[in-house]
Formats: sequence, C-alpha cells, structure tokens
Amino acid sequence: MLKRTNYLTRTYGKPEGWGLAAYERDLGGYAQARRVLTTLTREQVVDEAKKANIRGRGGAGFPMGVKWSFMPKATPAAGAAKPHYLVVNADEGEPGTHKDRTLMEENPHACVEGCIIACYGIGAHVAYIYVRDELHLSKARLEGAIKEARAKGYLGKTPFGKEYPVEVHVHSGAGAYICGEETSMLNSIEGRRGEPRMKPPFPANAGAFGCPTTVNNLETIAAVPTAFGMGAEEFSKLSALHHIGDGGVRLYGINGHVKKPCVVELAVGPTFNELIHDVAGGVLGDKGVLCVIPGGSSTPVMRPSETVQASDPKSPLHPWHGKSVFDVPLGVDTMRGVGTMLGTCCVTVIAEGTDPVWCMQNLMQFYRHESCGQCTPCREGSAWLLRVSEKILDGNASLQELDGLHDIANGIMGNTICAFGEGTAMPALAILQKFRPEFEAYVRGRRSRADARLTVEPWS
Amino acid sequence: MPFALSPERERKLQETLERYPTKMAATLPLLHLCQEQDGYVSEDAVEFVAKRLDVSPAHVKGVVTFYTLYNQHPVGKHQVWVCRTLPCALRGAYEVIDHCERRLGIKCGETTADGKVTLRTAECLASCGTAPMMQVDREYHENLTRDRVDQILARLQEG
Repeated sequence: MLKRTNYLTRTYGKPEGWGLAAYERDLGGYAQARRVLTTLTREQVVDEAKKANIRGRGGAGFPMGVKWSFMPKATPAAGAAKPHYLVVNADEGEPGTHKDRTLMEENPHACVEGCIIACYGIGAHVAYIYVRDELHLSKARLEGAIKEARAKGYLGKTPFGKEYPVEVHVHSGAGAYICGEETSMLNSIEGRRGEPRMKPPFPANAGAFGCPTTVNNLETIAAVPTAFGMGAEEFSKLSALHHIGDGGVRLYGINGHVKKPCVVELAVGPTFNELIHDVAGGVLGDKGVLCVIPGGSSTPVMRPSETVQASDPKSPLHPWHGKSVFDVPLGVDTMRGVGTMLGTCCVTVIAEGTDPVWCMQNLMQFYRHESCGQCTPCREGSAWLLRVSEKILDGNASLQELDGLHDIANGIMGNTICAFGEGTAMPALAILQKFRPEFEAYVRGRRSRADARLTVEPWS
Repeated sequence: MPFALSPERERKLQETLERYPTKMAATLPLLHLCQEQDGYVSEDAVEFVAKRLDVSPAHVKGVVTFYTLYNQHPVGKHQVWVCRTLPCALRGAYEVIDHCERRLGIKCGETTADGKVTLRTAECLASCGTAPMMQVDREYHENLTRDRVDQILARLQEG
C-alpha cells in the first residue's frame, strides 16, 4: 500500500534545507543523539535498534540492529586492546540507484546524527563515511554538516557534555564500484586497492585496520534518528511488512522509462504498479512494461506477466498467490520469495519495445569494467559475458554460443570471494531465461542491431 | 623535477593524516591532492606519496592503476564524463555520447587538439532519476537536452 511520509525528506528542496538550522527546525536536530549519549547504555541502544526492524538499505537487507549486536562487548574503555570503527557506505554506484545522494545533499545532518548514535551503540569513537569521489556536492554538504555539528559540541571529545568522544570523517573513493562491497571498502579506507577480502573473519571481528567494525549503508544510518525519535516499535509499524520484520520508511527511486523519475519516501511495502503509475506518472508514451529491474542492476529482472506461486498458507507470500508480482509489496523477504532481490529499492522501468539483448550487453559492459580482477571466474567470466553478448547483437553468434552464456554465468556463481560474481551472473541468467526468444531471433538472423532500441523517444 | 605539494595542500595532508591510525590510509586522499595539483599522477608523484607515507612505490602504483579516477597521463583542462550505463542509456545516453563526439571532433577517451576537453564515458554516476547526465569537472549536469549539452561544451571550449 502506498503511504507517503517525510521523516527523512522534510527538508528536501527547501532553501538551506541541508543546514543545521533547518535540521533543528524541522527534524528534531540532534535531540536523539543527545538522549542516547546522556541517558542510555550501549545495550539499550542496540535493543532499540533491533526493535526498529531497519533492514540494511544497501541491498542485502540484513537487520541493522542485529549487525550492531555482533560487535564485541569489550571496548578500549573497558580494557580491550583494539578500538572499534563505524564505516558508512555511501559509495552509491549500483546502476539504477540514486537515493543516498539525495540524503547527503539535502539532509546530511541526519547522516551525522545517525553516526553518533551508531558509534555509541557499537562502542566506536570514529566513523568514516565512504563517499564515491564523483559526488563532490554530497561530500561538501557532509563536511559542512560535520563542521556545524562540531562547532555546536555534538562531535569531538565530549559530545553533549558526555565523556564519549565521537569523530566523523568523510573518506573519498576514487572511482571503483567494487568499493561498495564492504570488505573492499575497508581495504580502500586503509589505503589499498579495493579488492574484497575473504570472510570470515567478518568485519565485526576484524574490519578496518584489523579492528572490530560495523559497515552500514548511509540510508540505514540516516534512518536511525527518526526511528529513535518516534520509538523504534512505532517506526517499524509504519511499514506494511512490519509483521515480517521489515520495518519503517525508506527512500524509493524510480528511473528509466517513466514519465516522472524521482526519489520519494514511503512506508515500506509499495508495489511495482504503485511506484510506476501512482508515483512516477506511468510509462513513457503510455507503453506497457517490458520488465523492471527491482533494485539495482544486480537484481534479476521481473516481468509483469510473472505470478506469485505460494499455495502454502504459511508462506508470507500466500495472500498474493496467483497474482502478478507487480502487486506484491516490496520488501526484503517478499522479493526474495518471488525469485529476485529488493536490492537498493530503486526501480528501473523498461518499456515494451526496448531491446533486452542490448540491455544485457550494456549491463555486461558495466560488470566487465568494474570487476576488480582478483578472482578468475569473475574477471574472465564478465569479459566473456560481454564479448558473447556483443557477438549476438552483431549477429555473429551461434546457438551454441548463446547456450554457452548460461555456462559462463553459472561458472561465476559461488566461485568468487565476494558477491560481485553473483551480482553479474544473476541478472545475466534472468535476462537470458526471460527473453530467450529475443536472443534466439538475433542468432537466427530474424533481428539485427539496426532494429534495436533502448529509448522510447529519440533524445532531443 | 621532484614532486612537492603546495603549502595549502601540505596543510590538508597533515589534517588528513590525523584522521587515520596508519599513514598508509592517507594513500587515496594524498593521491587526490597530487592529481588536483598536476591534473594527473606522475611517476614523481608516486615516488613522493611512497616516501611521505612510508609505503613502497609499487604499492602506490598499484593503487593508482586500480582506481578509474586517477589519471596516469596528462589530460585536458576540463573533464567531461558522460554516463553510459543502462538507466541513462534508456533515456538517450548513447545519443548524448554521439553528439558530444561530433561536437568536439574526438572519440571518447580522447582530448581535443587545443588540450581543453577530455571526453570519456562513465559507469553509473548515481543520477539515474535525472538521466541522461554528464559530469563536467566537479559538477553534475542532469536531465540533459541537446541545447544544454551545446551550451556546456561551448563554454568549455571558450574557457
């Protein structure tokens, strides 16, 4: 069900909406960080965080509070040898994802306040916000917010008068999508090439600089002050999927072939149909939908003709049994249940008449460029996926080569250090399976690149 | 000539070093400072970073070659990056690229003869809701139209 809210976006578009004055006027201005540091214990903060049912907003959907609880109980103050760190993932770069940027640009103080609360909850004194280098405005706004907060005494040696030092720093990336993978990000912060690490050890045990670290997505952290301000349970209950542990409100992005692409804040649980028609004004040229990419290019495409198969009354998807997947509320577990992933909650809409083979080639070019090269199946596999996709588009591929694409993709799955491999193979396999006739048409010479279109109307 | 940072950037480096528990962690920020100064990261700059941070030149070179945004060779005065990834491509990115190439008389990856503009394609720049888009130096230009691109490029060629 579509429920518009504005807990995170109230200051969007307002003059100086990103400044401390607007944050104090419209969004509670650090009252929660103050309350947390001056009245709560670390355990109480983690309990509250768990009750908010904030599922990680970066794509994997892991419950934030549970992640916080993985951090060792002992801290340097309590005699442990190693400091703890908070790393905030703002390396937004998954194709189709454009939400975190709006928070940094329009509501950076929510990010900083979230960092203070999270640091306290996980026993850390330093937070690094990892922002991709290209986002210069985002970095400037965050730096500005940090400066304002420091001047007010919300950051530094004794925030809100409490003997609990907190510092927040912005760390700039340098143009590598893979650094959005959490262990790659840790290497990048340490000044190394952004190559993912083997897990275990997990970051909660050995993260940044070998110390216990929590890595959270930027939107996850920015939601914390709202959740704490409202009361965690109340926050969670805003969601249509509160009953399955997917709570609160979040940002939804809609892009691609829609009339009004945008980022909006909604209670968790709208459907694809609501996003496309009620939020984004429908499909360009009033065309039908060929498919959607649910939440970033690594999530398998869904077609409107697909229906939910959940005859078991115990299944959380049972209420939608037999209905179109486009009428299922978007949540971490509901999307997993229909065979895709919620991902980053930014939907790319592709209209009928668009060439799925060209879409595949375009995406494979992205993955080929961004594979870090550490694992052979991913490095070579992504190159093969691109080469064969190009051959198909050029009309030079055989049926055998088309079938071979499945083998290449399957050869990547499960054989790499990080999830980039799956992120490449899963969307490739979904496009191949769901658009087999289109691929075959190329191979059999019934379709050529000259017929292929990606846009609904020519660019002008 | 050995590389040295300007006094202002040297001050920024000192601030940066205080933020991390190791010197190596300043590798990316320091490389950004070097590139800001020269437009690219020269071999001399690599040596400089290695010495300042007590790491090997091989480590620094490894970092420079890993990340897309470090230029290993001199580039034009202005950097134009056109996003080519799917959400932008669905809104006309390939046409934007063609238009830029024709307008500037170069292919992506090249620099104009007067050294003013380097044109490149970029992978997703997190601007999918305002596609098509391009980044010019530090600035994003979104919801691009043909007229808008012409204006932007004309300004770069004059400046």
